[in-house]
Amino acid sequence: MRTKFDQQLDTLGQELIKMGSLCEEVISLAASALIRRDDALAAKIAPLAHEIDEKERQIEAMCLRLLLQQQPVAGDLRQISAALKMVTDMERIGDQAEDIAEILPLLNGRTLPEHIRIREMAKATIKMVTDSVDAYVRQDTAIAEAVISSDDIVDDYFKDIKSSLIFLIAQNPTEGEYALDLLMVAKYFERIGDHAANIAGWVLFSVTGEKDAQPPTG
Amino acid sequence: MSDTIISAKNLDFYYGEAHALKNICLDIPEHNITALIGPSGCGKSTFLRTINRMNDLIEGTRVTGSLSYRGEEIYAPDRDVTKLRKSIGMVFQKPNPFPMSIYDNVAYGPRTHGIRAKARLDDIVEQSLRDAAIWDEVKDRLKKNALGLSGGQQQRLCIARALAIKPDVLLMDESTSALDPISTSKIEDLAMELKKDYTIVIVTHNMQQAVRISDKTAFFLLGELIEFGDTEKMFSQPTDKRTEDYITGRFG
Repeated sequence: MRTKFDQQLDTLGQELIKMGSLCEEVISLAASALIRRDDALAAKIAPLAHEIDEKERQIEAMCLRLLLQQQPVAGDLRQISAALKMVTDMERIGDQAEDIAEILPLLNGRTLPEHIRIREMAKATIKMVTDSVDAYVRQDTAIAEAVISSDDIVDDYFKDIKSSLIFLIAQNPTEGEYALDLLMVAKYFERIGDHAANIAGWVLFSVTGEKDAQPPTG
Repeated sequence: MSDTIISAKNLDFYYGEAHALKNICLDIPEHNITALIGPSGCGKSTFLRTINRMNDLIEGTRVTGSLSYRGEEIYAPDRDVTKLRKSIGMVFQKPNPFPMSIYDNVAYGPRTHGIRAKARLDDIVEQSLRDAAIWDEVKDRLKKNALGLSGGQQQRLCIARALAIKPDVLLMDESTSALDPISTSKIEDLAMELKKDYTIVIVTHNMQQAVRISDKTAFFLLGELIEFGDTEKMFSQPTDKRTEDYITGRFG
């Protein structure tokens, strides 16, 4: 029974994993470009983000076709509707990595001060994205829940970085533009963390059917 | 929460040696549409037909346990089956109008129950045809033979005929499976309209139909009731693996 539909669902799963891997790649690139102050790396981000956009359209089309052809119910319905929602969050991750890449050249090759914990934040965000994709691949609710709770860690880094930057400006008002650029970068990482938490939330929904553990949106 | 109108408790049903329903416990709520689903031979139609004792027509059947309608045993020895079927009407898979005029089809039941006055019958016929959403299509040809109607119209006529005797419960055994999508959709709309005044129990092989129109769904398998609950929950988060496998088309 239903060999074709199972194949289509497998393909959908594989495409989502590919898109997830692209997201991991794009955010790692953004973090490396920032930490190593390497604008050549940053230049690789935009084409990757476009690839992610393309994947989103492709997966959306697949999902719509499956809804139309198979009129899925139960676990099938959850898997397909979760996929439709997840690709939106994944696409946003690509966009925000691109936003980071656009800011990096404005930092004029300046190295990051050690006490501004943006490296740690980037690392924690990458882990969230990687784990959210991993949770999907393994359909693992424990990993998904861990991703959702680690969003707080990323949020705390953002607050910490914001305080450091306020202090920087207070000490040296000419650093204002630099500090604001860094704050923007930190904000994008923080948003990427939110999207990873959303993805994890959709994994939970797909597996359990429960949608009350609403991941944070701010 | 609606009141229970039909209640099965430890209901068993046998066709001779064949154990067709096994220990069914199920409360059907009033003014709801309850869908009975499951693969062929699972017992869903048997269960539907126990409700107005249509199975009595088959020889060698046996019922044990309890099945009640408004608190009274359907299989009580002193039960007046004609009266029961007046309260619990049925619409079948294939439209089966009598070979007579549209008017006479609908008036047949009320006449059988002793209504003779022309004006009264006219009212009943019009109201029943209106309730079955077919009045506008047939009002100018009430004296024409019902067999001249399309399949979808015939089925709505059969619903009108069932409604004419003012039933309380309407049983529909795959009543749209022989109809085109437009007729199907009219009957589905009709069922959702009618549940304000009636309780409806449907048997369907069309999962999307169960999702579209029913409030509750009961899943039967091999004579057992596997899962019963809110339709939306059942089709998004079924509890039992066998329910999931059936509704997603993995067997059946």
